[in-house]
Amino acid sequence: MNVPSIGELQQLATQIRRDVLRMVHGAQSGHPGGSLGCADFMTALYFRIMNHRLPFSMQGHNEDVFVLSNGHISPVWYSTLARSGYFPLEELKTFRKINSRLQGHPATHEGLPGVRVATGSLGQGMSVAIGMALAKRLNHDSGLVFSLHGDGELQEGQCWEAALFAAHHRVDNLIATVDWNGQQIDGPTPKVMDLGDLKAKFDAFGWHTLNCNGNVMEEVIKTLLEAKSCCSKGKPVIILMKTHMGFPVDFMMDNHEWHGVAPNDEQLQRALEQLPVTLGDY
Amino acid sequence: MNPFEQFSDRDQQETRAGFGDGVYEVASQNDQVVVLTADLGGSLKLGKFIKAFPHRFFQCGVAEANMMGIAAGLATAGKIPYTTTFANFSTGRVYDQIRQSIAYSHKNVKICASHAGLTLGEDGATHQMLEDLGLMRMLPGMTVISPCDYNQTKAATIAIAAHQGPCYLRFGRPKWPNFTPADQRFEIGKAQVLVSGTDLTLLATGHMVWQAILAGRQLHDSGVSVELINIHTLKPLDEATILASVRKTGCVVTAEEHQKYGGLGERIAALLAQQHPAPLRMVAVNDTFGESGKPAELLKKYGLHSSDIVQAAGEVLAAASRKAPVS
Repeated sequence: MNVPSIGELQQLATQIRRDVLRMVHGAQSGHPGGSLGCADFMTALYFRIMNHRLPFSMQGHNEDVFVLSNGHISPVWYSTLARSGYFPLEELKTFRKINSRLQGHPATHEGLPGVRVATGSLGQGMSVAIGMALAKRLNHDSGLVFSLHGDGELQEGQCWEAALFAAHHRVDNLIATVDWNGQQIDGPTPKVMDLGDLKAKFDAFGWHTLNCNGNVMEEVIKTLLEAKSCCSKGKPVIILMKTHMGFPVDFMMDNHEWHGVAPNDEQLQRALEQLPVTLGDY
Repeated sequence: MNPFEQFSDRDQQETRAGFGDGVYEVASQNDQVVVLTADLGGSLKLGKFIKAFPHRFFQCGVAEANMMGIAAGLATAGKIPYTTTFANFSTGRVYDQIRQSIAYSHKNVKICASHAGLTLGEDGATHQMLEDLGLMRMLPGMTVISPCDYNQTKAATIAIAAHQGPCYLRFGRPKWPNFTPADQRFEIGKAQVLVSGTDLTLLATGHMVWQAILAGRQLHDSGVSVELINIHTLKPLDEATILASVRKTGCVVTAEEHQKYGGLGERIAALLAQQHPAPLRMVAVNDTFGESGKPAELLKKYGLHSSDIVQAAGEVLAAASRKAPVS
């Protein structure tokens, strides 16, 4: 397969952002803010970084696997999966509607290809990702496990149980990423419950820590490649990825009020005007 | 001869030791079996397993939520994880992790819970889990198993590896009469008729099966023909066997080391109310927490003694005879 250029990846990310806005608008519910902020990361992961295969296999042997721990940003994952060929694009229009495989938060229950565990109740994904990584180790499988977490999610104690475990057991085939957008439902993260110096915290827990601007495609790819090169060295790897909630829609950016609110018709039009069609809407 | 005399309390063993021996045996047969613990490997008798299969053992420290998630991840890749800790840390403490990462996600995780119920003893109510069967049987797709002695716990531990789907396996701490056969095959979801009878159906689970045997002896001597059924699987419940028995006897006593709310008795009451109404008494903990004490003292104080079963039997027999049509 040809390696897509930065320009092609940026076009994909723009189209995924359009999908996100149209899905959330179509359901009149969902979480656009974090989804828009993580579109560059998800695009880079699925179209450039991960070694993954179709058709989807639940067990994911001998391939890289991904866990979306902050399950509420399901729109950006669903769009990325559909545009990677996991299921038909037109299924995106069923998001959050009755009889859909595209549940509000990701689930395996309806058999949506690409999803390996239900997430949404926060703080559980890092543990699951560690379990997948341990299984790969037992199976002599060289695939990696990637996971994405919200910054607000790190307020859940289970994340730190998992962080302790991963370092102690030298889970070095795991690359976790934190979407550090500084926003959560009730307000800016430093006001709701300050995370303090995340780098110092993860360093102290014994992780290999990388920083990244998550809304610059070149930098996302460079950091993810660096993270891969840090694997198999005895430490779990974490990317502290600064993003803008709602990026790049001007009236949504860095505003916690867009965490979990759907745009109305007029807001959708204003947002889509800032994200011209690249590959075609679903 | 009193049919309840066929069961002897000569051999006394911990059900948790049955788990430890069972998990070693099943791991020897199936290399997909892995075991996790949250700092209670000794209490759950994992010594033999850890020695034989160190690379398939994961010490999680005192962090049960993380352990449940890791088990879900291992199961995703085809492993058969057994999580091990006490019953309260196996259920209430991690209910949401089990609900989302395991039950809703259809993960093949075996949640193995020791020190359940009052018979944990001196540690007191903080550790005496009496709500776990109710919590677990409410989860869609969860199999809930509560074996009665060492041999049955060992057999159940082996059997659940072959079952695809999440299981909750409950057992206890103290030495307890080991009276079922060592070579038994454990059939998930199949109620076990230990003694046949015609006057009264006695349904018991876990440690309370032995108390039911003691009660059965006494009832038999006073002329009551008791049918004793061991409900080692609460979910799926063997409704056919239970209904067939109650159609014959017309009255029921249940016995469990669990809260009255949410446990075996309430489950049977729901079944009978919908299928075959009959007088029922529940021998269970009556909406209260336990306390420190010796297992036998606690069973007596909280109404789970064999004499409580005998008394409940008298009540349902009286109720059933009042209800019986005048001939």
